[in-house]
Amino acid sequence: MKVALFVPCYVDQFYPQVGMSTVAVLEHFGVQVEFPEAQTCCGQPMANSGCMPEARPLAHKFIDVFDGYDYVVAPSGSCVSMVRHHYEEFFEHGDVRSARVRRNTMELSEFLTKVLGVKTIFGSFPHRVGIHQSCHGLRELRLSSSSEVMTGRDDLLKDLLSQLEGISFSKLSRNDECCGFGGTFAVAEEAVSCMMGDDRIADHKAAGTTVLTAGDMSCLMHLDGLIRRQKLNIRVMHFAEILSEAIC
Amino acid sequence: MSHPALAQQFTSDRTRAEWHDRSLWFVREKRDRMAHGVPEWELLREHASAIKLHTMSQLPHYLEQFEKNAAARGIIVHWAETADDHNRIVYEILQRHGVRRVVKSKSMLTEECHLNPFLEKRGMEVVDTDLGERIVQLRQEAPSHIVLPAIHIRKEEVGECFHEHLGTEKGASDPNYLTEAARNHLRERFCKADAGITGVNFAIAETGGFVVCTNEGNADLGVSLPKLHIACMGIEKLLPRASDLAVFLRLLARSATGQPITTYSSHFHGPREGCELHVVLVDNGRSSILQSPDFRRSLNCIRCGACMNTCPVYRRSGGHSYETTVPGPIGSILAPVREPEKHSSLPFACTLCGSCTDVCPVKIDLHHQLLAMRGHIDAKHLLPVSKKLSMKLVSAVLSRTWLYNTMGWLARVSLKWAPRFAVYNPLNGWGRQRELPIPPSATFRQMFAQRRAGRKSAESGAAAPVAREGSKSREGSQTGGQA
Amino acid sequence: MSNSARNAILAKLRVALPESSALPQLPAEGPWQKFEDPVRRFQEVLEGVGGKLVRVATVREAGEYLESDDRWVKATVRWSAVEGLGQSTIDMNAIPDPHELENVDFAVLRGGLGVAENAAVWVTDEGLRHRVLFFIPQHLALAIPARRIVHNMHEAYAAVQVSRQAFSCFISGPSKTADIEQSLVIGAHGARSLIVFLVEEWEH
Repeated sequence: MKVALFVPCYVDQFYPQVGMSTVAVLEHFGVQVEFPEAQTCCGQPMANSGCMPEARPLAHKFIDVFDGYDYVVAPSGSCVSMVRHHYEEFFEHGDVRSARVRRNTMELSEFLTKVLGVKTIFGSFPHRVGIHQSCHGLRELRLSSSSEVMTGRDDLLKDLLSQLEGISFSKLSRNDECCGFGGTFAVAEEAVSCMMGDDRIADHKAAGTTVLTAGDMSCLMHLDGLIRRQKLNIRVMHFAEILSEAIC
Repeated sequence: MSHPALAQQFTSDRTRAEWHDRSLWFVREKRDRMAHGVPEWELLREHASAIKLHTMSQLPHYLEQFEKNAAARGIIVHWAETADDHNRIVYEILQRHGVRRVVKSKSMLTEECHLNPFLEKRGMEVVDTDLGERIVQLRQEAPSHIVLPAIHIRKEEVGECFHEHLGTEKGASDPNYLTEAARNHLRERFCKADAGITGVNFAIAETGGFVVCTNEGNADLGVSLPKLHIACMGIEKLLPRASDLAVFLRLLARSATGQPITTYSSHFHGPREGCELHVVLVDNGRSSILQSPDFRRSLNCIRCGACMNTCPVYRRSGGHSYETTVPGPIGSILAPVREPEKHSSLPFACTLCGSCTDVCPVKIDLHHQLLAMRGHIDAKHLLPVSKKLSMKLVSAVLSRTWLYNTMGWLARVSLKWAPRFAVYNPLNGWGRQRELPIPPSATFRQMFAQRRAGRKSAESGAAAPVAREGSKSREGSQTGGQA
Repeated sequence: MSNSARNAILAKLRVALPESSALPQLPAEGPWQKFEDPVRRFQEVLEGVGGKLVRVATVREAGEYLESDDRWVKATVRWSAVEGLGQSTIDMNAIPDPHELENVDFAVLRGGLGVAENAAVWVTDEGLRHRVLFFIPQHLALAIPARRIVHNMHEAYAAVQVSRQAFSCFISGPSKTADIEQSLVIGAHGARSLIVFLVEEWEH
């Protein structure tokens, strides 16, 4: 199995440890990943700003870089959702290469459970963990049940973390409300964005969260920014970091 | 003003914004409980969506069928291409009957057409009879929500308003007391009215009738006393069959307010004896929306307001921050479809969280439409120049791996060495309330390359522990309390 | 003018109609929600929306119940459309103008059926001179045959003929509003209370 790792641009630049943890977790489960050096960004920042002509070359670059692998794994539901659900308009109808890459691009928890069939994890993480349901993983990739929809699904991320010894989870009053990051929204609508983030954090504080985790570092970058500014005692970790810390 | 500016204003009164958020979340939770009580909820949504899509694909046929059947029942049908035509038609009917006083139940269409000022300018009195609408009318405001028009107003403010206009006791703010006062005040208006105007929730092609839903009974009181009833509807309100109503009535109130059904779901299939019943079918841009593959599904909307109740932005920015008749997610599509110049900031008043899409009882892909609308705004050159330029620049950088590496290095180094006041300057929107990430000494790709190189030389196949150094290095620097 | 507007709208709609898609079939028998005890469900939901269910063997028994109800006893102006269920104080035939009904305190009317899932009662203006009687009285009672409780709205629409009367309505509970700070207030514009009589042996 030839597996490539896609590390979102801002993770590469600012959260390398999230990428390294992803590598460690995958290797722990016997997957030797490759990191194609030419990769940069999936193009989501441009696409979400409406700048389709600017997003297009990045979509093409992504397909060029990642074609030829059995799977492309990324520690980000948001980027994966961009590739899988929003690349269509950048390619000709029926384009085989892009369809193949899009189909094979997977979010980390999805890859671990659905492709590797990981059920048990030996490791310990004796902390009260608050899971932030990142929206694109939740409502685009359907990695867990959203509270709006009446069909039940497994919660991939929680199911994985539940394997760890000593871990407990915070019970939130709003289980899957958006954190308010939203890409350029975070700056363009700064007031609402920060209020949304504050509300999420307050919910986690009330629920006793000591470690805040998610499937997307972008949500966590925003929440961590608020947490650090307010000098709160909540540790922020991508779930790959939790797994890697617990099992290694 | 743009949405961000108005939203900032609204959130600056944090207590009020939090109260507003909680009030609407309360409604969202009631909706969840109701939806959970119906095992076939998702199937109903599927059916509702399919019925609407089918109807839209044959809308001219169903409109003609409706017109024919309505006429056979003695309902007089009118057609209006624009808001102005609609207003004129309504006015002419009223004038012909010598109407001075009109009572009107909630109708987003007449709000969209600005019927009230049109009639008032011509000497008629128009009283909105839905309690929430009456409150905003007395306060000379626009509704801030399509189902809960006065959701932004506190009971004390309603008390002040009623004290001034209805003579309630000064300082009184008990909702029971205030509602009773409104009841008495509006009863008088109902009894004096010369005509009643209503909206239409659903019209039925096969029968030529229509349904109006209220909880208060105001639509029914308004049209059962005077001799003239005018119902105004957008052409997208049509359903093919009476049996379709079962699907929609099961979804509507549960989605809107978390009730099993509205108190009154009135079916009109003809005028009262000796009275007249008119229906005005209004296009006002809907036929153009139908032509747009990206946005035609927005015509599925049944105006339940669930997307507003769930929208984390709407709840915190208030309905007035949208400056549209229909605010929130659906309004952020409907308004810029018609007037992109005026409403170009609305599709961006959204984190693309997708909650709206998942609550929508007719399965409008709201957040995908909002994303598509952003592209339309860009294609029409309506993005702020600074945004477009920076995206061009970022795209150029990200398209070239070497340039991306260089720029990334530059960003991390300058962030590391620049003094705090230079980084957290007033132009840094991120940094007003948030810390920026702490720049690491190496990128992932550097660490990864290093690790692979190290491993090759060590000739070891086992998972090297280097990976942990990355995560360890962060513990001290990135966790809480270190800012 | 009306005709040209009509043709213009229809023509514009026909310019680019979406691809046709199928209309789903909605069989009355399901797969819709059903209840083990539909009457109990009807009662629970009705109470939840502020109404009251009274189960009686006969219409006469319903009348006796009314005599024990303060709102009926104290009502000055009463009107009943159900023979044997309460005495009317006014003669509807002598009232040509519905405005004269402004002071009705209590009305008793017939319901066609009740829907268990949402406590809605189907009413029509059949044989009723003024439909405002459903809305203008201070208090309202609706009487329906006990066997006419259906499970859900699909069954309800299959059982009624929607367009037979000029006016028909599903009524679920008394009139209400929550427009002031989401506080539920019963008695907005219409009836302040609603009793639904479920009559076991209905002779009509």
